[in-house]
Amino acid sequence: MSDVIPKKLNAYSYIVEKEGKMNVPLKIFANEKLMEKMMEDRCILQGMNVATLPGIRGFSIMMPDAHQGYGFSIGGVAAIDANDGCISPGGVGFDIDCGVRLLVTNLTSKEVRPQIHKLLDVLFKNVPPGVGAKSLLRLTDAELEEVLVKGAKWMVEQGYGTQDDLDCCEEYGTMPGADPKTVSHTAKARGRGQLGTLGSGNHFLEIQYIGKIFDKKTAKAFGILKEDQIVVMIHCGSRGLGHQVCTDYLRAIEEQFPEIMKTLAEKDLAYAPAKSKLAQDYYGAMCAAANFAWANRHMIGHQVRKSFKEVFGDDTEVKTVYDVAHNIAKLEEHEADGEKFMAWVHRKGATRAFGPGRPEIPKKYREIGQPIFIPGSMGTSSYVLVGTEKSMKESFGSTAHGAGRLMSRFKANQLWRGQELKQQLEKESIFIKAASWKGISEEAPLAYKDVDEVVKVSDEAGIGKIVAQCKPIGVVKG
Amino acid sequence: MQKYEFLEHTADAKFRAYGKTLEEAFINAALATTTIMCEVSEVKPKIEKKLNITAKKKESLLFDFLQQLVILLDTEGFLLGAVKSITISKNKEVYSLHAVILGDSADHYEIHTAIKAVTYNDMFIKEEQGLITIQVVHDL
Repeated sequence: MSDVIPKKLNAYSYIVEKEGKMNVPLKIFANEKLMEKMMEDRCILQGMNVATLPGIRGFSIMMPDAHQGYGFSIGGVAAIDANDGCISPGGVGFDIDCGVRLLVTNLTSKEVRPQIHKLLDVLFKNVPPGVGAKSLLRLTDAELEEVLVKGAKWMVEQGYGTQDDLDCCEEYGTMPGADPKTVSHTAKARGRGQLGTLGSGNHFLEIQYIGKIFDKKTAKAFGILKEDQIVVMIHCGSRGLGHQVCTDYLRAIEEQFPEIMKTLAEKDLAYAPAKSKLAQDYYGAMCAAANFAWANRHMIGHQVRKSFKEVFGDDTEVKTVYDVAHNIAKLEEHEADGEKFMAWVHRKGATRAFGPGRPEIPKKYREIGQPIFIPGSMGTSSYVLVGTEKSMKESFGSTAHGAGRLMSRFKANQLWRGQELKQQLEKESIFIKAASWKGISEEAPLAYKDVDEVVKVSDEAGIGKIVAQCKPIGVVKG
Repeated sequence: MQKYEFLEHTADAKFRAYGKTLEEAFINAALATTTIMCEVSEVKPKIEKKLNITAKKKESLLFDFLQQLVILLDTEGFLLGAVKSITISKNKEVYSLHAVILGDSADHYEIHTAIKAVTYNDMFIKEEQGLITIQVVHDL
C-alpha cells in the first residue's frame, strides 16, 4: 500500500513532487482506475526511490502498466546522465532485452483457423517452449561469443532469417558495445543451450488476427493492410544468459561498492557510478545479453516463417514488422531542464517509443515513427502503436510494455485450473498448446490489468498512439 | 514446525523458510525453491552434487546458495529434491557453506515455472526465540 497520494495533473497523468532524497519528481501515466491499482502495492514508493539515484534527470517515470518490482518498479523509465550519473542492473531487470517481435502474413483468419491445431503442433516442434527446452542449435564457445557480439546478424550469416528481418529490428539486431569478456562463464553456460527457445512464465508465441485498425495510413506502412489479417507476436528475452548477467553484476556492485549499498532504500537499486570500470563492464555485458535476446527472437521468427510455409505452402509471406526491447538501458541523447545530455535511459518494463525523424528508426518507418507492440495477457487483445514526437518530451521516448500483473501466480493457481481455462478459451475459439498446464493458470487473463486501459492512457497522453488491435486465435506457451 | 510457506506477491514467488538452526532454514529454503518449479517430494535422489560457497554476509551466502540451484538447472538440467548434508561456519569475516545435495535430471519432471533469478528484494534472515526465519523473493 502506498502512503503517498500522487497529485492528479489531468485525465492521464499524476505527479509526486520532490521530497526527501528525491533528485527529481515522479511522473506517473495513469487514469483513475489504473492509479487505484498502483496504490495497492509498493510501486509508487519504488518510483520515488528511483528518483533518488545520482544523475537522474527530468523525472522518474512510471507507465500505466506499472506494478511492484525489485528496487525499480516494473513499468518504469529513468534517464540517468551517462557522464556523471550511474547505471543500474536492476533498472534493466533480470530478463535483459525481453521484448516483442511482430510478424505479418498474407493470410486471413478464415484461411488459418481450419489449420490452427496443425499450425500449433508444428510451431511447438520448431520453437521449443517451457523450462528445460533444448535449442535446435549446437553452439561452440567461439560461436556463442559471435552471437554475443553480432546478435541477430550472426543468425543471418548462418542462413537463418533475412536481411529484411535485421532492417526491421531495434538496433538492427546488433547492439554495438557488446563485450563477451564481461559475460561470466556461468552466464554463457546457462544460455548456450537455449538459443531459439521460448522459455516459460509470461513468454509466448501467439497467432493473432487484426481485430481493428485505428490508423490506416500508419498500419499500412507497418504492413498491416486489412482487418482479419493474420499476424504473429513473439514475446521472450535473453533466457538464462541475461538473467545471470544481471545477478552477476548486482553481486559485483555489492562487493565493490559497499558504501553505495548502505545508502539504498532497497538492495536491488544497486548501481555502478558512470565512470567506474564496473559500469562499463556491465554495459558491455548487458549489450551482449541484448544481442543474445535479439538473436533468440530472430531465430524464433525464422522458425515461425518455416512453420507457416510448412502448413500453408511455400508462397506464404511472413514479414517482420519490427522488434522492440522492453527491458534495457540505451545510450540516447535527450533534453531535460532546457539542456541536451547523453543518458542511459533505463527502460524496465517500458518500450522505446521514438517519434518521426529519429535516426535510430529504420528508414522505412522514419517519417512515421517507430512501431510499438503492447501484448495483452493470454486470450485478450494486444496492440500495435506508433511512437510520437510528444513521447520525446514527456517520457524520454518511452511508453508502456504490457498489461502488468494484478495477482500473484500462486493465487492464480489457486483460483483457476489450466485445463478449465483452456476449455474456457476454446469456447472463444482461442486454442492453446502449452508445455505445462500450471503455466496456463498462472497466466490467466484475470490475473492481469486490462491492457485496453493501458493503451488508452498511452494514446491519450500522446506517448504512443494506437494503430491496430490484434486478437488471438492460437497460443504457444512455455 | 512448518518447513516453509508462500506469501502473496503480485508478480513473483515470495516465501518464508523456517529452521531451528541456520542450516535447517537453508535446507527448507532450497526445498521451497524447487517447490516453485515442481512437486519437490517427487524428485528422486539419484544424483549427488557438492556445493562450496563463501560470502561476506549471511544474506549473500543464502543468495549464492539458492542461485546455484537456478544455475544447476539451466546448465546441467539438475533438479534438487533433498539436501543430504549442510554445514555453515564463520571464520573471521567470511561465511562458508558446504553442502551435499541430491536430485535428478529435470527431464523426468514437469517443470511449470522457471526461476529467472534469486533477488535481495525483501530478503531477511532473523532469529527469534530459537527459530530462524528466512524470507526470499525469486524473480519468475
